[in-house]
Amino acid sequence: MSDTIITNIYVLDAIAVSAAIILYFVSKKFKTRENHKISEIDECLPQANCGACGKAGCRDFATACANSNEEEFSKLYCTVGGKDVMDKIADILGYSKQETKEETVAVLRCNGSCQNAPAKKIYDGISSCRIAVGISSSPNGCPEGCVHLGDCVKACPFGAIHMDKASQMPIVDENKCTSCGKCVKTCPRGLFELRPRGKNGKRVYVACRNTQKGNIARKNCKVACIGCQKCTSINSLVKVKNNLSYIPTTVSAEKYGAELAKTCPTGAIIYINGTEKTEKAHEKN
Amino acid sequence: MKKIKTFPLGGIHPNKYKLTADSPIIDAGLPEYVYIPIKQHIGAPAKITVQKGDKVKVGTLLADSDGIISADIHSSVSGEVTSLEPIEGEFGYYEDCITIKVEGDEFEKEIDTSPELITEIPEADIIAQRIRESGIVGMGGAGFPTPVKTTVPPNRKARILIVNGIECEPFLTADGRLMIEKAEEIIIGAKILNKLLNIQNAIIAIDENKPEAIEIMQRLSKRYVGVNVQVCATKYPQGGEKQLIKAITGKEVPSGKLPIDIGCIVQNVATVFAVYEAVQKKKPLFERIITISGDECKHPANYRVRIGTPANYLIEKAGGASEEVAQIIYGGPMMGSSIINTQAPVTKLTGGILLLSDSLSHKKEEQNCIRCSKCAEVCPMGLQPYLIGKLVKEDMFEEVKDCHALDCIECGCCAYTCPANIPLLDYCKLAKSELKRNR
Repeated sequence: MSDTIITNIYVLDAIAVSAAIILYFVSKKFKTRENHKISEIDECLPQANCGACGKAGCRDFATACANSNEEEFSKLYCTVGGKDVMDKIADILGYSKQETKEETVAVLRCNGSCQNAPAKKIYDGISSCRIAVGISSSPNGCPEGCVHLGDCVKACPFGAIHMDKASQMPIVDENKCTSCGKCVKTCPRGLFELRPRGKNGKRVYVACRNTQKGNIARKNCKVACIGCQKCTSINSLVKVKNNLSYIPTTVSAEKYGAELAKTCPTGAIIYINGTEKTEKAHEKN
Repeated sequence: MKKIKTFPLGGIHPNKYKLTADSPIIDAGLPEYVYIPIKQHIGAPAKITVQKGDKVKVGTLLADSDGIISADIHSSVSGEVTSLEPIEGEFGYYEDCITIKVEGDEFEKEIDTSPELITEIPEADIIAQRIRESGIVGMGGAGFPTPVKTTVPPNRKARILIVNGIECEPFLTADGRLMIEKAEEIIIGAKILNKLLNIQNAIIAIDENKPEAIEIMQRLSKRYVGVNVQVCATKYPQGGEKQLIKAITGKEVPSGKLPIDIGCIVQNVATVFAVYEAVQKKKPLFERIITISGDECKHPANYRVRIGTPANYLIEKAGGASEEVAQIIYGGPMMGSSIINTQAPVTKLTGGILLLSDSLSHKKEEQNCIRCSKCAEVCPMGLQPYLIGKLVKEDMFEEVKDCHALDCIECGCCAYTCPANIPLLDYCKLAKSELKRNR
């Protein structure tokens, strides 16, 4: 009886020892050395895995940074973490710090709320903008405007967008927005744009994407851009194309913002003076 | 009698509701104004060639095709062009449109209005030219310009022409009536296309539930060499291009390829009739047959309608829309779309206007998938709609691509059968549009 137990112990010990020896040599032979910098960089990153950098996630971005040379590194940028994070990564890698990039924020280029563009019909399908625009038309008749179903709210990984109950429009919380660009990709009408936050939070933009002729655009929406060209007289950089004005980011909001917003006869140009909230600026018109 | 053919995979048998199968085509007459949209086809909108105040006759060119994939637009009435401003279309969007005030009914000189049958077929280049000048598009609903479809790419060869006389959508009977009343014209139209494409064979496919059309077509086709009639089973979506090719030739159109890649060309009977009119009578495409029907329609009928007639004029003709009407549908109930503006004109692509009650048209509440696999059973393309729906909900479009969502023909069989009322078709449409956007 005791013989059997002892034999078993010997056999098992022999197997364990031989397996340990084999594993030791195998691990020596196939050892992979991961760049320890990857984990270090990964720890600095915001871990949002939003994909705004163009990589599959934060870990992928860290790998790309660790494997980059100085020139490649200057092209990588984490929009969510911003300058602070990029400086930390530069320190880890021993590269020179990147130049300061202007911080951006997502803005909604539509103001077709329930009040400004009343609905003409009821859509009773699935509550998703992308499905609604594919199978039906806008409730308010504007072929470019917001359909109020909130795909952007669901898409935002930072909870920075919420639906305003009264106006049924999505509102971007600029403190939470990291300008990752998810909303830009998700919106089937392409209504979001990443624009510089501007000095003291002052910015100016055209809150309309409608390219129809002025009289038709106005039939559906009170605050549509009618392509009247008045804004072009204030700053020659403002361009009107296809009955739609576009204010490039190079136009200084501090200098021209208030004037541009005042000139627009329909109130399609929105000026945010930094102290008041975005929704207030949208409501005013 | 030859064997009845059908496609092997899936399909459904919805209620037929063919209320107007025995009512002959009547002329809808002329409205006060017609509104002719300049985009009634796939591709670039046509360029307007008339001015405000111009006098036009029936058949006058109003807008010229712009680019290769585009089609000419002709006047459907005689009168005065009163406006070139956009008007509100059927979905509430404004569309560029030519408004004409109707005065009398005067045709362009070269149009042959006699009912005489012309059997002599001109040369291929004359045929091609007349089809191009007549603004003919695929009238089954897709609106692909016919001159493009009948131009065979240099490295391909057309072997067979299939004339699609299958009307598998419930309610619609326009094509069926056309085959009964204009049978010989359609056969000559098929011969014309055969000559243009330089092929010997044309098959007219008709579904089983049109015995009158089958009888007439079979009797008349004996006089013409190379034109045969094939009876197909009554099943939805037998009229789908890919399903019809599979049923008739036994060949499958490979994923992402066109029918011409396997030597087939499919044309709707209405298109073939328009080809006959264009080539033999020099008559551009300015009218079509439309079924006005639905369970809330007082006098359902088949009308010969001038393009650009407002829908409410036709609805008034058919007895008017009562308060019970919940939805007005352009096209068939399976694939058509609900319209919000009844002022909107009918186009070259409108096969029917349906007035449906709430019980036939309303959406039921979506419930959870019970994995009964009925959608996969009925899908004529052999897809798995429940999986596509599930993946689309989770935004997993890479995986949707592997499910071959792009092969979906949007027939709606899956959503029709689903016992949990899941709008699977809507999910498939989203999958397709997202995949096309990201390509």
